Amino acid sequence: MKPLPFHHALKVKEDVCFGCTRCMMICPTGAIRINRGKAHVNPDRCVDCGNCMEVCPVNAIVIEQDDFQKIYRYKYRVAVVPSVMIGQFKEEITEEQIYSILMELGFTHVYEAEFGSDILHEISGRYTTYADRSPVISTFCPAIVRLIQVRFPSLVQHLNLIKPPLDITAAYAAQQLIENGARAQEIGIFYVTPCAAKIAAIKSPQGESKSGFDGVINMDFLFNLVHKTIVKQKHKENDTIPQQRNLSGEAVVWSLTMGEAPHMPGRSLAVDGIHNVIEFLEKLENEEIHGIDFLELRACDEGCAGGILGSGNRFLTAERLRHRAESMDGISSHVKQEIQAQGEYLRHNLKLERIEARSIVKLDDNFQTAMEKMEQIQDLLKKLPHVDCGTCGSPSCEALAQDIVQGKADLSRCIFYQRRQELLDSRHAKTNLERMIKVWGREKLEGS
Amino acid sequence: MHFEFEIEAGDFSNAGYASSQIKKILKQLNLPNNVVKKAVVALFESEVNVIGHSFGGTVAIDVENDRLHILVSDTGPGIEDVDLAMSEGYSTATKEIQEMGFGAGMGLPNIKKNTDYLDIRSQAGDHTEIEMLIHFNQESAKDRQS
Repeated sequence: MKPLPFHHALKVKEDVCFGCTRCMMICPTGAIRINRGKAHVNPDRCVDCGNCMEVCPVNAIVIEQDDFQKIYRYKYRVAVVPSVMIGQFKEEITEEQIYSILMELGFTHVYEAEFGSDILHEISGRYTTYADRSPVISTFCPAIVRLIQVRFPSLVQHLNLIKPPLDITAAYAAQQLIENGARAQEIGIFYVTPCAAKIAAIKSPQGESKSGFDGVINMDFLFNLVHKTIVKQKHKENDTIPQQRNLSGEAVVWSLTMGEAPHMPGRSLAVDGIHNVIEFLEKLENEEIHGIDFLELRACDEGCAGGILGSGNRFLTAERLRHRAESMDGISSHVKQEIQAQGEYLRHNLKLERIEARSIVKLDDNFQTAMEKMEQIQDLLKKLPHVDCGTCGSPSCEALAQDIVQGKADLSRCIFYQRRQELLDSRHAKTNLERMIKVWGREKLEGS
Repeated sequence: MHFEFEIEAGDFSNAGYASSQIKKILKQLNLPNNVVKKAVVALFESEVNVIGHSFGGTVAIDVENDRLHILVSDTGPGIEDVDLAMSEGYSTATKEIQEMGFGAGMGLPNIKKNTDYLDIRSQAGDHTEIEMLIHFNQESAKDRQS
């Protein structure tokens, strides 16, 4: 059975995209092609890392989100906010102020997502990991989980099958409400996301049958909403401050680079930036990495502080979080008791199911067919110029060769090959122009 | 399908190039993970051997229907005692090479572990030729796993 397609949070606005190829050239999984002058994303390949959105010069790539009004479908409206949210604001704006505004905006409860790492520590006595193979790879960053599924299928057994903190927090928040008399259908848990990958992970979770979240709100949207309210109520006293949970300092910086790695048993290291991660995973796959027990791998520079939906500077955000972490004295004994009271339930809801590989690298399921295609690719590569110009609508000569054998393109899309054809027979000029119109649209080819 | 890579003596920073290229191809052919791993390890060790011990050479790989055929040949100086070279921990690597993290005497034993057939043809003072086979079929893969 073919697995269900990945859900994707990233969408291309075709009316805005002008086919500049920047996204296609940066995509770490080669998911983007240009067709009729617009970028098209292959859903099997995309891992929602957000690199394309970051380089787009006209904001043609957007992240879908749930309608904010959706929160009012529920009696209990829980916001699970990543700690980097606080780091978006200037230091003069206190956490109390930010959280009280979230309550005024309509939420009934506010939790910090990274609280989940404190919960895990409290119920296990340490930060547990669970994987078939060493080194264990963190499942904190969903873009990395997907990257491994599609590009490094042999490494899925290294993935840590303990739920990431935000999911543990969601489970805890829901259970807390239920124990206090709420009915499950009355509870709406919303994640405030700093990136596209987390949305995609919530909409089509890997390693669990159903996500603990009922909706997602983009962090930049909420940032603007909170900011507007701050300006409006400049002189007003805060009246609705949610319960303070006093996270540990570790939890506050958990989502930053080196937030997780130092607390894991054995030797560990952290790599951030998806292209750096790919380079590292190649080495791991080649069995060149020895003596390391835990890998913290994050798609964004500076971890979640570099999330695509961040409004602030990633380095300032990270600094504010580190500064804040210094003043935290950990969860209170009261909260510890609450966690322990739920211990049994949480321990049962901590593990992820096996995460399946879904290779995009194979040319065909059948070995003989794959061999034939590979031979064709090797032949095609001899004819291509290896300049990776992208004018054919594929990100590299190699990608074009693959597209050709998969029946998605033909060799005469290559402008070098076209010149050779036209030299032999000038009649090719017209058909080649038509071909390029298919890739780039009439406007670009005819000049406007 | 035939692939060939020139390997320069002493160029440790490029160790792993040939094995990475072949890994990419084997993954595209959808071969089982353990076959890809064996091939990558055997090739990587071969590359390091040529870089560290020889005057330079080539790695030639033929992807056949049911197996990978690898032929590593260098231009010298040859292996004095093949049996000794095959024993774990034995190394003729210089101190400089060992300081770079290579030359632990595991190269050839590691190649043997990861191949289904290994033949070393060498003579002291002459060239060395190493031929290996890795079978694709699941049966031999299973044998090795258990």
